[in-house]
Amino acid sequence: MTARDLIPIAVLTVLAALLPLVVTSSPVLNFLVFMLIVALGAQGWNILGGFGGQFSFGHAAFFGTGAYATAILQLRYGVNAWAGLVLATAAGAAVGWAIGFLSFRSGLRGSYFALVTLAFAEVFRILANAASFTGGAAGLLIKLDVHPANLQFADRAVFYWLVLALVAAVLLLTRWIQRSRFGAQLVAVRENEDAAKALGVDSLKVKLRAIALSGGVTALSGCLYAQYFLYIDANIAYGSWISVELLLAPIIGGVGTVFGPVVGALTLHGLGEVAKQFAGRIPGIDLIVFGTVLVLAVAFARGGILGLLERLRDRGRGMVARGAKEVSHAGR
Amino acid sequence: MYSPQIILEAALNGLMTGAVYALIALGLTLIYGVLHIINFAHGALLTCAMFAVWIAWAWLGLDPYLVILPLVPLMFALGYGLQRFVIGPASHGDDGNILLVTLGLSIVLENVLLALFQSDTRTLDTDYSFQVVALGPLLLSYPRVIGLGVAVVVTGLLWLVLNRTDTGKAIRAVAKEKLGANLVGIDVPHVYAVTFGLGCACLAVAAGLLMPTFYVNPRIGGAFVLVAFTVVVLGGMGSLPGALLGGLFIGVVESLCGLLLGDSLGQIGIFLIFIAVLLVRPTGLFGAKA
Repeated sequence: MTARDLIPIAVLTVLAALLPLVVTSSPVLNFLVFMLIVALGAQGWNILGGFGGQFSFGHAAFFGTGAYATAILQLRYGVNAWAGLVLATAAGAAVGWAIGFLSFRSGLRGSYFALVTLAFAEVFRILANAASFTGGAAGLLIKLDVHPANLQFADRAVFYWLVLALVAAVLLLTRWIQRSRFGAQLVAVRENEDAAKALGVDSLKVKLRAIALSGGVTALSGCLYAQYFLYIDANIAYGSWISVELLLAPIIGGVGTVFGPVVGALTLHGLGEVAKQFAGRIPGIDLIVFGTVLVLAVAFARGGILGLLERLRDRGRGMVARGAKEVSHAGR
Repeated sequence: MYSPQIILEAALNGLMTGAVYALIALGLTLIYGVLHIINFAHGALLTCAMFAVWIAWAWLGLDPYLVILPLVPLMFALGYGLQRFVIGPASHGDDGNILLVTLGLSIVLENVLLALFQSDTRTLDTDYSFQVVALGPLLLSYPRVIGLGVAVVVTGLLWLVLNRTDTGKAIRAVAKEKLGANLVGIDVPHVYAVTFGLGCACLAVAAGLLMPTFYVNPRIGGAFVLVAFTVVVLGGMGSLPGALLGGLFIGVVESLCGLLLGDSLGQIGIFLIFIAVLLVRPTGLFGAKA
């Protein structure tokens, strides 16, 4: 990685970190924290779906695992919340590896892979909803005990900074993946798995590594969700809503790009809030907007918002270049 | 543990629930077989059809079974329009895109229904909702017996359409070889839209059969669509007889799991089968070799 890779990430992180100094209203901070948690989970999806081309429709399986892991570890085993954060991430990576092992080894690709991930998430949801170990349908309540050692802060801004730092860390991770040999192999598998294999890429290993990383990052976001809202149940943690959110953000923002998931999450939730302001109390209005944006993005903006911006920039450059040519012609 | 009669009754009831699953899966598998796409909007479209049945009953006082007759062409038109003017153009013929476009559509449809009808659960009652038919010592629910019969008839009709009409021939040609079909003058986008329409028409029938004993709310489609995916995968993607048999089988599995494991775990059997089939034999039990 070079300085050119790091500077945009650093600048954006610092700018975002200054926000709580300007904005102090708690609904806005709540919105920002939630948005960043979604962005973090979406970054996880993007590692597998964006760079690896394996579209998962069931990333709730990892989100929920992270959320339940930390809640259960704290409630049942008295584990410290910070340790819970680390263990939850590891649990997500392990679940990711296991699901990947089962499905990639059977050669599932494309729609089939999407379906099998959906089914795994659904199995987890039903189990978590029924087992008493996970609190059953009543869910789990993490005890309110505001102390930095418990990962609970009196000031929302602190939590915001924590999530932001993790989002920035994953931005770096993603940039590293993009520049690394592993990332190149992953993209090769996405573009043409057979060709990649022919060139000696161990596609199973590459995909497994990607899904483990992806599961870990998404589990981390689930863990933060549990820690921020202090309550989870099966329909929140393993619900299809989160699978959809985590997939929408990268697709809208720019699939397979470093900043795509963050841009997408911000755009979607920004639009959702605007729609709520305009339409008032109509239920589901934000989701109507999400769905419409998804269809429009696929129809008109492949590569998402970032792809669109890039194309505009290229067009702009093209115009400048043409303009320069004309000037030089005129000068002759 | 359980007397054989209870188990037999549960199995038969499952068989009849499975008939409706089969109808839903029939539409899904038809669309998959021809367009080679997974239609995520199938559940939301089913919800639309169920609301249509409910509205016809609540506002116009029409019998749910009777509503099927006008609803079939309506749903066909809706499906035709969606494929022709939304899904087809928006997805640029890319599988991943189609998956996303239909997902987007399902989100929009579901939440438009939510905005219109709120999340309340609605039921309708008819004189025959709770009637039973006695078969020897077994008591079977009357609407479910009807459901089984209609599902078998509709599968037969669909088979006839596909195998005995020119449209059906065109559909099969496009399913086998899109480019070749285009070369001999078949209008592929039209055939795609017709197929999608037929798939949606199956949902109209399913909705009419479901409503006398079931309920509707804007999120109900999601529950069915996963089951329908399972049926389709189990029966082999694109196979009509596979969908019928797969649907019946899944119905029985669900019913027996519900009896043995309790309601909350009843559906787990379905998803485990789903995962197992995908992992072991993704072409399904009746599907062609990939």
